Amino acid sequence: MTVFIIRRLMQAMIVVFLMSLIVFFGVNVIGNPVDMLINPEADQAEIERTIRALGLDKPIAEQYLFFLKGIAQGDFGKSFIFGEPALKLILQHLPATIELALVSLLMAVVLGIPLGLYAGLFPEQGISRTIMASSILGFSLPTFWVGLMLIMGFSVYLGWLPSTGRGETAVFLGIESSLWTWNGLSHLLLPALNLALTNIGLVIRLSRAGVREAMHQEYIKFARAKGLPTHRIIGVHLMKNIMIPIVTVLGLEFGNLLAFSVVTETIFAWPGMGKLLIDSLLQLDRPVVVAYLMIIVLLFVAINLLVDIVYSILDPRVRLRDQGA
Amino acid sequence: MTVLSVENLQTHFFTRAGVIKAVDGVDFKLDRGEVMGLVGESGSGKSVTGFSILGLVDQPGRVAGGSIRFHGEDLVGKSEEQLRKLRGGKIAMIFQDPMMTLNPVLRIDTQMIEAIKAHENVSKREAWERARDGLGAVGIPSPEERLRAYPHQLSGGMRQRVAIAIAFLNNPDLIVADEPTTALDVTIQAQIIHVAQKMCHERGAAMIWITHDLAVVAGLANRISVMYAGRVVEQGDTDDVIDNPRHPYTVGLLGSVPSANRRGEPLMQIPGMTPNMLNLPTGCAFQARCSRASDACKQAPVPSGEGHLVRCFHPYERVSA
Repeated sequence: MTVFIIRRLMQAMIVVFLMSLIVFFGVNVIGNPVDMLINPEADQAEIERTIRALGLDKPIAEQYLFFLKGIAQGDFGKSFIFGEPALKLILQHLPATIELALVSLLMAVVLGIPLGLYAGLFPEQGISRTIMASSILGFSLPTFWVGLMLIMGFSVYLGWLPSTGRGETAVFLGIESSLWTWNGLSHLLLPALNLALTNIGLVIRLSRAGVREAMHQEYIKFARAKGLPTHRIIGVHLMKNIMIPIVTVLGLEFGNLLAFSVVTETIFAWPGMGKLLIDSLLQLDRPVVVAYLMIIVLLFVAINLLVDIVYSILDPRVRLRDQGA
Repeated sequence: MTVLSVENLQTHFFTRAGVIKAVDGVDFKLDRGEVMGLVGESGSGKSVTGFSILGLVDQPGRVAGGSIRFHGEDLVGKSEEQLRKLRGGKIAMIFQDPMMTLNPVLRIDTQMIEAIKAHENVSKREAWERARDGLGAVGIPSPEERLRAYPHQLSGGMRQRVAIAIAFLNNPDLIVADEPTTALDVTIQAQIIHVAQKMCHERGAAMIWITHDLAVVAGLANRISVMYAGRVVEQGDTDDVIDNPRHPYTVGLLGSVPSANRRGEPLMQIPGMTPNMLNLPTGCAFQARCSRASDACKQAPVPSGEGHLVRCFHPYERVSA
């Protein structure tokens, strides 16, 4: 297991290195930040000075080496716009995105699994058919439209929930989050639901398919023949078997929620990383974009590692072996 | 003492295409410690009979008539909770494929302890000890180690031993064994049969051994019931049925077993195929494949004979008295 993790971390280093190449050179292609940053009335001398101050006068390979050297020391460069370290900017926005992603993931699990279980256990019932039809809507309706509809419904007409921004935060267990205040939670509910909708649909379908398949397995019949109570058959024998695909998908989806909740964050003016990314892209704030993408890569690698470990807990046949070692 | 008495059992499947009478009027009795072989081809209704006894018939099937008396109490019409208490308690089942019956993601100890705790309020420690002793009783070496294993770490024969140990955990009076050796190698088959036989003998449990293999039950069962298309066509003491088969179907089954004293001769085959259960002929279901069939077979035959029952108008005569 330890060997497995070390091996995976080394693979991750390679992935991160390759990604840094792609990201760094890719970003250099999309436009010249100097055009955006400089006062249109500035004279040539001033332009030259700015270019030199940003380090953009050097050859690109040299810029890249400089960038790598920075990363090695935990320095992703300074934002062109804010003049602050890019990493610090991102880390400032990270908690807001993490709480949004966590809550929406929780919604997907808490709503998706029971609904999917029900639809799988009683496939002929009208309620089950309704659940399945709704799940299709869940992942086929465009996020931005659902977001607008949620705002229309709950904020404009009903006036129950605020439509934009992050609410009050409080510190609990050393973590500052809007989860600890009512105001914060009320701000969180709509964007989290908006973000969760696709995943709820996905989890419903995965759970249902899992249940339909597992219910016909001999081990379920054997469990019944042992005289086990229904709650134990469903809660232990069935659940542990259907969790395997769900964990895989949710792991990947969690990465997506963190990295690409851009649309939802924009609609609900949620001050998270997605919003930061969009703003930085529009302003060609290269260091922030690069740092952001690098951190996302790291996050994905970490989540995948976590999923693999959870796998081995769920399914004893999956062994975290280090091949060829 | 009669443990189980099945009378006129009818288990039907109500499908869109029509009613499938998988089990259509089956009768048999089982005494304490007795082993009955329930023999038939695939689709003859032998497994459904077994599942009917445990109340485990899957939708759209259900017991449509008859009675299943266990210690005199009719199980047909009992509530799911009452049946649950019996299942794995006084009536246990062993399944066909040991690769599929144990839950792949749960350890052996989990699967054994839960089977005890579902029926008795005992401490986990006590349940664990009983599980360990149970594994020892079916001849599993170093049971404490095996308890910590997952099913995939055990061989097929080992897993079937575990399944047998689970079946006997709560000292059942009746075991329904549904082709428990079909998926195993011949040498392992013999071991498993031996273990099951020994356990039944020691604990005094009655057993129904469902199989398509007459050779298997010949050495194991006290009595044999041969099923065809949902009905028992022949029933009697094992030696009697094997030595003096009277129903043409039983004769055909015995003839299709290769044996050393007929080496070189072509094997006898039963011509034709198992009938379509949705569209059974009126009268004897075997008539289309039977060499002795006559017009009389358009009527349904009733079982006749003393002790050795046969459901046929033209049974073979007894070779020796």
